[in-house]
Amino acid sequence: MTTLIYGLVTGILFGFLLQKGRVLRYDKQLGALRLIDMTIVKFMLSAVLVGMVGVYLLNDLGLAKLSIKPMIVGGVVIGGLTFGVGWGLLGYCPGTSLGAFGEGRWDSLLGIVGMLCGAALYAEAYPTMKATVLTWGDFGKITLPQVLGLNHWFIITLFIIGGLYLFRWFEKKGL
Amino acid sequence: MQPKENGGWSPYLAGALSGLVSIGSVWIAGKYFGASTTFVRSAGMVEKAVNPERVAQMPYFAKEMPIIDWQWMFVVGIFIGALIASTTSGSFRWQAVPDMWQERYGPVRWKRWLTAFVGGTIGMFGARLADGCPSGHGLSGSMQLAVSGFVALVCFFLGGVIVARLLYGGGERQ
Repeated sequence: MTTLIYGLVTGILFGFLLQKGRVLRYDKQLGALRLIDMTIVKFMLSAVLVGMVGVYLLNDLGLAKLSIKPMIVGGVVIGGLTFGVGWGLLGYCPGTSLGAFGEGRWDSLLGIVGMLCGAALYAEAYPTMKATVLTWGDFGKITLPQVLGLNHWFIITLFIIGGLYLFRWFEKKGL
Repeated sequence: MQPKENGGWSPYLAGALSGLVSIGSVWIAGKYFGASTTFVRSAGMVEKAVNPERVAQMPYFAKEMPIIDWQWMFVVGIFIGALIASTTSGSFRWQAVPDMWQERYGPVRWKRWLTAFVGGTIGMFGARLADGCPSGHGLSGSMQLAVSGFVALVCFFLGGVIVARLLYGGGERQ
């Protein structure tokens, strides 16, 4: 029960911030995919850069565990591209579709129904996928520090520097 | 930069605060953000109401059981949070067709709705195949420096940019 309340409260905070950052909207999501408005990239990258520091700090202190998804080339690449195609058509992602509905953009409802159908279809296809696509190039649960053989704080520092340069470039270009 | 609408926050600030929220979630609840598994569980709940024996036999619903868990509540929370933020700032707008879509394709509702439905279906199939969406892979994966997170994020954008180009033509600025 406590876990469920944590989930709800965390979701409310995140939904609030997504709406305040104006990233829930179709126009913002397509703006990013049309490479004319980088609002959602700014939002995501800011969250990732802050999150990186916190999550690895907690992990180093033994206060939290990492939860890495496996790098299966077949699944991640084919699934990722397929998701991208659907995302470009819908203009909301699974999390933001609920948020978009919350701010009254109710074309997202059709997307939510579609996503439920997509999930049901995948449940049907899962045994086939598991025997085929999900066996193609399974590298397991790997992280950049492992692959590169570098300390994670070194990589995080590089990401932060790179991210800040990218932000400066966005603002210069008015994206 | 586009002029900020009244009540909006800088995406840098809202994003950084979201990063803090996700750190808090990992610390206190041990949970990373994600959204797409919830659609599997919900689809399972609907199917279970119709045909429970069949759902019990399906391996994917054994893996992602049709129950309400942390993430399910998290996704409901996103709806509530966005509702609170938009209604308290006057930015809530009941809208059936987005502005950008309307400018290009007109106000006809069924075209937008069909596209949204088809896009949702394709997108979720892909997200489940990839084992995550922009929350699970994009935010949680890349903040943990997971290789799968970065690769997924690149593929998400690649697929999306191609479709956006087909729908709206070249990248000319408006």
